[in-house]
Amino acid sequence: MTFDVVVIGAGVVGAAIARALSEYRLAIAIVDAADDVGTGTSKASTAILHTGFDATPGTLESRLLRRGYPLLRAYARSVGIPVEDTGALLVAWTEEQLASLPALARKAADNGVTDLQAIAVPELYALEPELGPGALGALRIPGESIICPYTTPLAFATEAVVNGATLRLATEVRAVERGGSVHQLATTRGELAARFVVNAAGLGADVVDAMFGHRRFTVRPRRGELIVYDKLARSLVRHVLLPVPTKTTKGVLVTPTVFGNVLLGPTAEDIDDRDDRATTEAGIRSLLDKGHHILPRLLDEEITATYAGLRAATEHSDYQIHCDAEQRYACVGSIRSTGLSASMGIAEHVVELLALAGLALERRADRVAIEMPYIGQLAARPHEDAERIARVPDYGRIVCHCERVSLGELRDALVAPIPARSLDGLRRRTRCLQGRCQGFYCLGRIATLLAGGTERTVDEILGGEAR
Amino acid sequence: MLDVLVVGAGPAGLAAATALRARERSVIVVDREVEPGGVPRHCDHWGFGWLDLRRVLSGPRYARRHVELARDAGVELRTETTVLGWRAGTALALTSPAGPSTLSARAILLATGCRERPRSARLVAGDRPAGVFTTGSLQQLVHLEHQRPGTRAVVIGAEHVSFSAIQTLRDAGARVVAIVTPHGAHQTYAPFRWWTTRGRLPLLVGHDIVGIYGDRRVSSVTLRSRTGTVSELACDTVVFTGDWIPDHELARLGGLELDRGTRGPAVDSALRTSRPGVFAAGNVLHGAEMADVAALEGRAAAAAIDRFLDDGHWPARRLAISVHPPLSWIVPNQLAIDDAPAPPRERFVFRVATFLRDVHVAVAQGGTVLSETRFARLVPNRWYHLSSAFLARVDPVGGDLAVRTVGE
Repeated sequence: MTFDVVVIGAGVVGAAIARALSEYRLAIAIVDAADDVGTGTSKASTAILHTGFDATPGTLESRLLRRGYPLLRAYARSVGIPVEDTGALLVAWTEEQLASLPALARKAADNGVTDLQAIAVPELYALEPELGPGALGALRIPGESIICPYTTPLAFATEAVVNGATLRLATEVRAVERGGSVHQLATTRGELAARFVVNAAGLGADVVDAMFGHRRFTVRPRRGELIVYDKLARSLVRHVLLPVPTKTTKGVLVTPTVFGNVLLGPTAEDIDDRDDRATTEAGIRSLLDKGHHILPRLLDEEITATYAGLRAATEHSDYQIHCDAEQRYACVGSIRSTGLSASMGIAEHVVELLALAGLALERRADRVAIEMPYIGQLAARPHEDAERIARVPDYGRIVCHCERVSLGELRDALVAPIPARSLDGLRRRTRCLQGRCQGFYCLGRIATLLAGGTERTVDEILGGEAR
Repeated sequence: MLDVLVVGAGPAGLAAATALRARERSVIVVDREVEPGGVPRHCDHWGFGWLDLRRVLSGPRYARRHVELARDAGVELRTETTVLGWRAGTALALTSPAGPSTLSARAILLATGCRERPRSARLVAGDRPAGVFTTGSLQQLVHLEHQRPGTRAVVIGAEHVSFSAIQTLRDAGARVVAIVTPHGAHQTYAPFRWWTTRGRLPLLVGHDIVGIYGDRRVSSVTLRSRTGTVSELACDTVVFTGDWIPDHELARLGGLELDRGTRGPAVDSALRTSRPGVFAAGNVLHGAEMADVAALEGRAAAAAIDRFLDDGHWPARRLAISVHPPLSWIVPNQLAIDDAPAPPRERFVFRVATFLRDVHVAVAQGGTVLSETRFARLVPNRWYHLSSAFLARVDPVGGDLAVRTVGE
């Protein structure tokens, strides 16, 4: 069959585009080289829903962030993506940083974010009693929120799939044979025919762009290492604590997560290897030093994970979104750390560009709505829900104790429209194995459960041979 | 009203519940696992039970024996029941396949045990491939789920539990290519070491693990020696052993004071925590002691709880017992000045952070030395005892107690 649109890349951006396209009568396919949705840049973000207050005014990034932020907030509410309205504090630690706060407030106003407040020292320590000594003042950005970085791309892709989109995972696009009306995509799992192609390949976006004959940018991954602290640390911090940004990065921040953990990071290091997600001794050490400065008591808490993410940085400081009507091809590249927040704005923009390029859009009336399993800490989880347990007792059978994941939720994840196929997939969907014990109590049982649900052996699952 | 609610059906919780039933107290034990018995359920080797049951059993049989004793005594065991948090005083919020509920009792015993610090908490850099275990996850995989973990294993740690992990790896057909410890020697008893390794001991002393690498499965680890030399070792499995931390979530959620050394709830010699009516026993008080010792602590807690149920007395003021390096911690770590019975087995338990020879351990209150005990050798990750005889010399109006090493 020939697809109307093939979206390459099932990260948060590609999935958002597929979801937006699934509102129309179109045959859509999403392909990704990885074995799950949202495994590249998307899974290792700082999980902040940005207002875009510090974007460069006038850029596409600024515009799409401003558009994407309210869209994603509303969408999250409607499908059950965990969001918490924490607000952020941009904390100045030096006189120079303090002096730059008024300019940042003006920049925010240029980006349409007008509710920033200057916070004096006594009020700052009243808002964040555990903040390290030496802060000189802050800007409060009430709209900055935290969001679940795993449920978001999964929700987008799930909505697309239940509304008819085809999801091809573990399918890498190797070459494109461009055609006058139909492109042929050669993949590791056979050919795909597409009238329109959307390149949302993230770290591989330049490679796909070259398949269409373009040399518009080169991805230079920026590695960010992060440390996750145990839930018992959550009471130490209330806001997203942002550093005053410098030219290369937003710097190291401390933020609560929607799961009730505390995140410290990221580092920012430009690297060459697009697969190198290894953490480093030096990176972790530098984060601990900075964390000690920002929130001293954080360092007494247990660390539940350290990991590194790769942001798809390029030589461009703005998003690179182009649509070529002749080629029936849209390129969505250079989406860096703001991609999660801007995803729905980007998707809306790309759909408009595709329409201008000749994609016929006819709205569907028969949409299927979705509801995602709630894995945040703000609302009640299934194990607290008497009615639900009365109907299905497995929601009262907790298997992962640290994250309180019930057998019912694990089973659901194995039969979801986009089911978990690996331990990592199960981790992202349910939070299992993500807690302080890292499987001391439950790894054996969960691996066995996953083996049963995927008709594979535990050996294969622990060998990481996910297909 | 229920007399006692015990959280945790391991050796400490079950032994306490059995002893409380013998004193005709009503007891419910809740445990979050499917099967009661605690960690010994998956420690499939000998050496359990001599101290408390006067017989030597395997871990699984020892666990079953404690469950039988509790059931025979009329203890109500509720498994697959998770404590979510606290209600006022001595009531807990629970959930289970029967739904969320609240359970009140006149006294609560926390016997939630301990766990090993996983890779993440030890800040080992590198990739995140599969094949990284703790002894706990390894033993559950092998002994409860009957799976094979891998073929070439590196074991991090050389204390008792490390050799238990080695035994499990051997049972599962994996080869141990290295046992890595930052210390200058292993820290277990020679016969246990010999039994588990059959004399072949690829021990790397003075080394730390600094990185784990591999795409989907572990392919190598990097190690650093005390002189700073970094080397690489091929393997497909890494087991982090020891480095215990009490499972103190419930204690912290209840606002219980923690001890800085053990990271478990601080307790006095009657195993009373800082929250009235709440006691603690077993490995939630300290890193992993032998199961037998945990069970004996459970029995001691039962006696203290029984007394509390009779007289309702809760101490108003306590002295702290602190340790100085190279001592790591001591338990009990508080003393009630108006009511300080002897601790379990009339002993204070402590550990050291480094190997020490010919050393005296002194307990002092202000300038007064209350006791001094000579040890020919102290080994990290092993338990040592101080007699509680010095309690008779504590000045009730004096200050806190300090324990330190003298001379070496």
